[in-house]
Amino acid sequence: MPITAANPVISELQDRIRRLEGGTARKGEVLSFGIAEIDAKLPGGGLARGALHEVAGGGADAVHGAAAALFVAGIVARTKGDVLWCLTRPDLFAPALAQAGLHHDRVIYVEADREEDVLTNFEEGLRFGGLGAVVAELVRLPMTASRRLQLAAEASGTIGIALRRWRRPTEAADFGQPTAATTRWRISVLPSEPLPVPGIGRARWLAELIRARAGEAAEFEIGACDATGRISLSPHARDGQDQARRSQHFG
Amino acid sequence: MVVSRSGSKRTVSAIDAAAFKAGVRIGMPAAKAQAMISGLHIVDADPDGDALAIERLALWMLRQYTPVVAIDAPDGIVMDTEGADHLRGGELPMLTGLVNALRGHGLQARGAIADTWGSAHAIARATRREAIIVPVGETAKAVVNLPISSLRLPPDIVSGLGVLGFRTVGELSATPRAPLTLRFGPEVGRRLDQMFGRLAEPIDPIRTADLIEVIRSFSEPIGAAETIAKYIGRLVVELCAALETRGQGVRRADLIVYRVDNTLQSLRAGTAKPVRDIHHLTKLLCSSIEKLDPGFGIEKLSLTATMIEPVEEKQSISSLVEEMIVDVTPLLDSLGNRGQRMYRLAPVESDVPERNVGRVSPVSEKFGQAWPTRWPRPSRMLARPERIEVIALTPDHPPASMTWRGKRRRIKRGDGPERVFGEWWVRSSEMEAVRDYYSVEDEDGNRFWVYRSGDGVDPATGTAKWFLHGIYG
Repeated sequence: MPITAANPVISELQDRIRRLEGGTARKGEVLSFGIAEIDAKLPGGGLARGALHEVAGGGADAVHGAAAALFVAGIVARTKGDVLWCLTRPDLFAPALAQAGLHHDRVIYVEADREEDVLTNFEEGLRFGGLGAVVAELVRLPMTASRRLQLAAEASGTIGIALRRWRRPTEAADFGQPTAATTRWRISVLPSEPLPVPGIGRARWLAELIRARAGEAAEFEIGACDATGRISLSPHARDGQDQARRSQHFG
Repeated sequence: MVVSRSGSKRTVSAIDAAAFKAGVRIGMPAAKAQAMISGLHIVDADPDGDALAIERLALWMLRQYTPVVAIDAPDGIVMDTEGADHLRGGELPMLTGLVNALRGHGLQARGAIADTWGSAHAIARATRREAIIVPVGETAKAVVNLPISSLRLPPDIVSGLGVLGFRTVGELSATPRAPLTLRFGPEVGRRLDQMFGRLAEPIDPIRTADLIEVIRSFSEPIGAAETIAKYIGRLVVELCAALETRGQGVRRADLIVYRVDNTLQSLRAGTAKPVRDIHHLTKLLCSSIEKLDPGFGIEKLSLTATMIEPVEEKQSISSLVEEMIVDVTPLLDSLGNRGQRMYRLAPVESDVPERNVGRVSPVSEKFGQAWPTRWPRPSRMLARPERIEVIALTPDHPPASMTWRGKRRRIKRGDGPERVFGEWWVRSSEMEAVRDYYSVEDEDGNRFWVYRSGDGVDPATGTAKWFLHGIYG
């Protein structure tokens, strides 16, 4: 953060506070988006590893979780190692995740019948420590559970992402409840980038950073994940290039 | 036809379906059968060989299915599947899988799962279905119409009861006990009680000499979960030491708990790869400790390595190599032992979207292929395509508007069509079937994957109805 860089006293104080808090959020242990504007809003310059993050879809996507799933896939695609994806409704389409850069060989799906089992699997995956990331599709995330998950993630250094997905659009108000997650995102779809010819361009999302611990809320208009899981902030400039690259990659 | 001898008397002891059709019955004199049919193929009975074969089968089931397996002489095998069925996906998949596996070896088998040994024995023998599961607590209803011959009583008692007019278990159990006992001895009442679960009937599990088993007996019965966990930990240490001397790792570890009231309980832990890690094994076994009911106390614990495989010793990765590849199988084991379904998704060669993703085991080999598609795919697929009402120009324009789940949307942009042909080698009705897929985007930016059944011109290719199949992110 620019302020801390300017003032050594404050940065020293922050270091001391961090040590008091348990000293798990080590410097540099972040997964950056590679976009200066977004990373600057996040403490440490990216999504902290060893922490719990919450992602939900906005509007109709609160139920489908389609854009949110791709956003999450793009994040975990940039980690190393296997990814555990805990869910109750097996409706993810793996080719789409592969197009967001998350290769299907890396993802292990754990399907449970009950929501509580998803939470248990999520926590067990986070505690294990050898995974690149753990994702769980959850309807409810109570404070106690989220605190447990956050602690489990801190202990192992694995990034945990709770993909919130409700059964009915009205239930999405639940997203306002406090949880122990480090950051909280809402991804809503926007009309895609205009193309000079009829057709659908690269998807665009409104990514709202609703909450960030030790950071500020912000919102960004981003272009959807490319074939390596990277989002972009100014999609217009790179639009043509990226489409061409994607066709090459999968062609 | 199989003929057994006792003294000079030769009787039919087993027949095949063709002989049954011709009128031969089990128990009839062999000479009579020969007189009924000419050219009867007769084999002498080999009880010792049969017993050996059954024992081999029981040992195989011990390794594959459950820790407590015993021979239910002369022609059956009894297993206590409690605490082990989750490794096979539940009771029904386990039982049908077992019957199918046996059929694969050319054996006809019938199986039943019930509350007690007696009722499972009777139901498996009395019905024609191959796999039956009696829900917990419904034993009485299930056995009421079974013949008394299925009660495991000596033949003279069965015939004696038949003379008195008893036909079914229900009739017999509704009769006062005292006269029956006076006439036939205590056996009738005992077998009835065992069938209805009023009398415990422990299964004495078979063991082979080369099975690695560690046992600990307690002078005072134990019962607390922490104490059990502590002793499981000690048994695992002993077991791992024994395995290490042989260079083996365990794939199935069975904990058998002997309670003071002479009943058995068992826990089974399965692993995806051979394991000899003390910490990991202890965790696996202790994770399901709450399934054990210690009752009045446990007097003996026995831990067995039922299925072992050689462990490949691997050189530990030096810290010079930065990217450590972590083996996730311990995590998968502990999730799997809690009964969670785990899988990876892998490409299947098919153009039909719902068929081109297949589930594979999470520990299966990684082939690294990808879906050979250049078109964007939706991230969520509906389990079944849902009907939508659309307005579209035929034959090959994307819809101008669509109504899905009661909401009408105006389509701003569309891409397509992407034509998918039916696969006649899967279902012959797909011979001419065609789907035209379009991706469409409404005014708010919601993107959907819709298709029209048929090519829009030829009615033979489809009904020209529209469906929504997936939702883009």
